[in-house]
Amino acid sequence: MAAIEVQDLCRQYRVYRKQEGVWASVRGLFRREYETVSAVRHVSFRIDAGEMVAFLGPNGAGKTTTLKLLSGLVVPTSGTATVLGHVPWEREDAYRRRFSLVTGQKEQLWWDLPAQESFRLHREIYRIPAEEYQRRLDELTELLDVRRLMMRPVRELSLGERMRMELIAALLHRPEVLFLDEPTIGLDVVSQRRVQEFLRYYQREQKITVILTSHYMKDVEALCERAIVINKGIVIHDGPLAAIIDRFSRHKIIELQFSGNPVPTDLSRYGEILETRFPRVRLQVEKQRVSECLASILAAHSVDDISVLERPLEDVIAELFSLSGDSESGPAGAVS
Amino acid sequence: MSGTELTLTEEIFARVRLKWLILRTAIEERLVYRGDFAFSTLVRFLPIVTQIFLWSAIFQHDEARRLRGYNFGEMVSYYLLVMLARAFSSMPGLSTGIAGSIADGSVRKYLIQPVDMLDHLFWHRVAHKLVYYAVAVGPFTLLFWLCRDYFPGWPEWPVTAAFVCSLLMSFAIGFLIEAWIGLVAFWFLEVSSLIFIYMMLSYFLSGHMIPLELLSSWIPFVDYLPFRYLAYTPAAIMLGKVAIADLPRELLIQLTWIVGLWMLNRWTFSRGVRRYSSYGG
Repeated sequence: MAAIEVQDLCRQYRVYRKQEGVWASVRGLFRREYETVSAVRHVSFRIDAGEMVAFLGPNGAGKTTTLKLLSGLVVPTSGTATVLGHVPWEREDAYRRRFSLVTGQKEQLWWDLPAQESFRLHREIYRIPAEEYQRRLDELTELLDVRRLMMRPVRELSLGERMRMELIAALLHRPEVLFLDEPTIGLDVVSQRRVQEFLRYYQREQKITVILTSHYMKDVEALCERAIVINKGIVIHDGPLAAIIDRFSRHKIIELQFSGNPVPTDLSRYGEILETRFPRVRLQVEKQRVSECLASILAAHSVDDISVLERPLEDVIAELFSLSGDSESGPAGAVS
Repeated sequence: MSGTELTLTEEIFARVRLKWLILRTAIEERLVYRGDFAFSTLVRFLPIVTQIFLWSAIFQHDEARRLRGYNFGEMVSYYLLVMLARAFSSMPGLSTGIAGSIADGSVRKYLIQPVDMLDHLFWHRVAHKLVYYAVAVGPFTLLFWLCRDYFPGWPEWPVTAAFVCSLLMSFAIGFLIEAWIGLVAFWFLEVSSLIFIYMMLSYFLSGHMIPLELLSSWIPFVDYLPFRYLAYTPAAIMLGKVAIADLPRELLIQLTWIVGLWMLNRWTFSRGVRRYSSYGG
């Protein structure tokens, strides 16, 4: 059953185009030029209930705008979307009780008060029965290991602790859909992992539908099997996360362990040398040349061990974004 | 959580409980910075003292002199009552707070949660005022006691009742005007000049600076603006400048302004949210 259905969603912004210099600023008082920027262009996808999907793309790709559209913060220029059967931008209370949006900006909590005061207010806002509220709060504080911090003003918590409190605030009312926009941004490795583990456990237990945007591929790999890749407002991939490597990676990595001397000096003709710690060498080779290169290397050198590896997802994504940024000649962000 | 359907009574109780909790939480928040809060509350009394000195200088040589119906004693009592009314109707930081939250994107919490932003801010402001009065009641009482001879004595109960109603409505009008200015930020992200203009206008046109009788010959339309209800009207009622027979009409006009401004706020909010681009990432 589809929890989220998006069809041909577009969102354009009208942006003031300011020329450089003081004279241009003075002219701008009387006459301004605007340009229309398309943040999201004809985006369509469908996410089933209980799925956890990564939404990937470089900065300005349209990920956050899509989440804002789905959470009803922004009205689209055209297209349709339904989440749990609701049109998000109609902002019905019935819909707002069924989803949560967590951003890296962490803004649901009252800054000067202990988080438990904000949670109590959430209980009333979302009309959570007292017993259920207490049970949920106990469960979430236990899972996120923040019970001892409940009495401390939010402003005195560390970034990681605040993020965990934000997650509790977002999950207290048992949302069926959760939008996570860079939830681990700025967190140290330990906090990142803790949030990651919690999200994995929680999603599996509760079977909620999650869309996650993150620049940390480790988050994405740990949590999602499916990824939607968006660039310049257009969906360029929607499918298994692993398929991104098959589809977009143009290289593989060959790890070689040579046996004794002489040291090979001609390896660069096979591909890019990534690392040399003789007798071990790592080479990046074009995918279609892997067999040919291996045959040549084995014929010319004495080799003890060989491994052929896929490139890390992070590298593939980075290459994909930089390539599409350089070469995409379709309609750019600015359309007029 | 999809939530179960509530009966009308349960719905009303749920809403009242939410308002009460917002009020309670905001009071707790307000009490966190007790030092700064107490100091700023007390400092607000300084203008009263300077104003009394100013009017005593103006009336220095002729205490029986009357300025458009006000002698020195009435001027002092008018000014004290205006200060009291402003304690209800001024909303420091409300417009800038709303405009700032629109500009930096933090307004989104009101848009994604099943809450009414204006209602939430209203009860938040009530909490601020309650804490303010709790601290200010001492200095206000002292000041009124010290200046008791300037007052003509306790008015009849309908006047006192009308005064209290007018004070409470001045709070609502002050809130609605400043909230509306903040909501304009949905169109123009920067509203500081609008706030400045409002502060200036309200200082003159609310009767905060001088009684409106002194202005009405220059600005004949002053009676048709909502600003007079922020300060002048409550003070004028208490001083008997409004005949008892005219009190219901005066209060009804004030109530009409509240309804009109409330509708304007609702309309602006719903249009603004549709226009909102969710700035701030």
